[in-house]
Amino acid sequence: MAVSTKSDALLELMTFVWLEADRLDHAQYDDWLAMWTPQARYIVPVEPGVTDYEAHLNYAYDDHSMRQKRVERMLSGVSVSASPVARTIRSLSRFRLLSDDGTTAELRCMQHLTEFRRGRERTYSADVEFRIKRTAAELLLDQKVIRLINADHALGAISYIL
Amino acid sequence: MSNSLLPVDGSSIDAMVKPDRAKGTLYTDPALFNEEMSRIFAKTWIWVAHESEIANPGDYKMASVGLEPVIVTRDRKSQIHVLVNRCRHRAATVCEVHKGKTNSFVCPYHGWAYALDGSLRGVPYDESYAGKLERGNLGLKSLRVEQYRGLVFATFNEDAEPLVDFLGPARKWIDLFLKQSADYPLVALGEHKFVFPGNWKIQLENTTDAYHFPLVHKTFLNVTDSETEELFDIMNKGGWVEDLGNGHSVMVMMPELVDLEEDLEAPIPHKFADLAEELRAEGHDETKVRRIVRAVGGTGFNLNLFPNLGCSAAFFRVLQPISVNATEVRHIALGMGGGPAAANQARLRIHEFFQGPMGFGSPDDSEVWDRVQHGAQGGGDLWIMLNRSLENETVGEDGQVRGDVSSELGMRTAYRQWKKLMEA
Repeated sequence: MAVSTKSDALLELMTFVWLEADRLDHAQYDDWLAMWTPQARYIVPVEPGVTDYEAHLNYAYDDHSMRQKRVERMLSGVSVSASPVARTIRSLSRFRLLSDDGTTAELRCMQHLTEFRRGRERTYSADVEFRIKRTAAELLLDQKVIRLINADHALGAISYIL
Repeated sequence: MSNSLLPVDGSSIDAMVKPDRAKGTLYTDPALFNEEMSRIFAKTWIWVAHESEIANPGDYKMASVGLEPVIVTRDRKSQIHVLVNRCRHRAATVCEVHKGKTNSFVCPYHGWAYALDGSLRGVPYDESYAGKLERGNLGLKSLRVEQYRGLVFATFNEDAEPLVDFLGPARKWIDLFLKQSADYPLVALGEHKFVFPGNWKIQLENTTDAYHFPLVHKTFLNVTDSETEELFDIMNKGGWVEDLGNGHSVMVMMPELVDLEEDLEAPIPHKFADLAEELRAEGHDETKVRRIVRAVGGTGFNLNLFPNLGCSAAFFRVLQPISVNATEVRHIALGMGGGPAAANQARLRIHEFFQGPMGFGSPDDSEVWDRVQHGAQGGGDLWIMLNRSLENETVGEDGQVRGDVSSELGMRTAYRQWKKLMEA
């Protein structure tokens, strides 16, 4: 696979997805919602290796409206599994720039997320694939796919955003 | 929590479960859990698969009957087998891939090979047995298997009544449930799996518990569209719960969606208008469009088949006991085999919205089940109350006892069967 290795581009994109991770862990959801293109999808597949997400069952296949609803659910105070919302800390590492044509970049990394809620700590490890659009003013998420290492096995209830 | 190894005799069971209430020990006693595995899960019909999960010869999937690991296979003659996943030589599992296609199962330890029907076919270096190895008696242990309309059940109990008799009046509701595939073959489209730290019976109760819906799922109702919110106003729609015998029950939440082949002339809901247009554009006639659209939302009832399957609105909910305080739940999305892609995708999106570990409904269910398990550690002298709507029971048109939609009749039915099997 041809791979761009422009280090300034990699650093720019890494900084962007770290910002996204920081906003999720610090509950800055309005800022998080503004980080996406209008047509972007947030996807958590069930089956490893799937790429036709629309035709398969996912844990999450969120357009803008569903992302908003997910945030509303967390903040509503009426969801017993999100009252309180789990505390999360996520780490993103092992970045690789898969492609970058100056307009659209594809970035892959690993994510290790630790959740703490009601005295219990759980972890979820995943490969994360980002498609990021460059506009004149900013970077925007165009697609984010979270491939949990145990996606096709039993998970715990996840009432927050991976 | 009681850790005492109670002698499970008739008197202690009777002390724990009355017709309208039960002791929290039912959720917390490890000895009782072990008894349940041998007296219930090894003795009655356990749902293991839908036929579409093993559609072709050579297809298999892993499952469990109680705590025992099994493989559900379809042999070359299309016969379905349920085999204990344990090599007859030294007990290693012969399969650890949860679904797939194969010609045989080979034990990784010493290479004993088994056919799709479980028969022993190959033993490496068998000269050490001097020709005395009784291969015919050393196939994978096989369970009794019977099917009803694609639902595959298995049991270790050679004396169990025929499946059709066990299902009894529940068959009518299975038939109605299957109408959601709109004349296409019903197929499994994928599944969500999650675990919760609680006893299996807490989940069993929940599939027949409409009382919790507007409360636990308030957040789902708040974010869904107004049509769906209206549809789920289940406490005011004249729904009911019906005792179907043998621990089975049905909870009708939306009476207008009991029979999906009726009311095809009703207006198409706004939320499905685009889907209907897409189906028309594909060339389906108006009746078929309406038939498919009406089927897409699923049925208006939950059918509880004791002890481990819920046929719930638009999916199968399968419970799998793991230990006294851990249960795995599978939500199998269902669709129309060979049906319009747009309709199946609509069903997938509906499933994702509510079900599974990241849905807008299941995590809240999981949380309250967890809270039941935690709370049951306290108040050992207190009862779990199952008496809601007990005083308002009536007899329905099929002669079955009914309660209102939020009745705990379905739980009373399930515990009556539980008690019968535990005392047998």
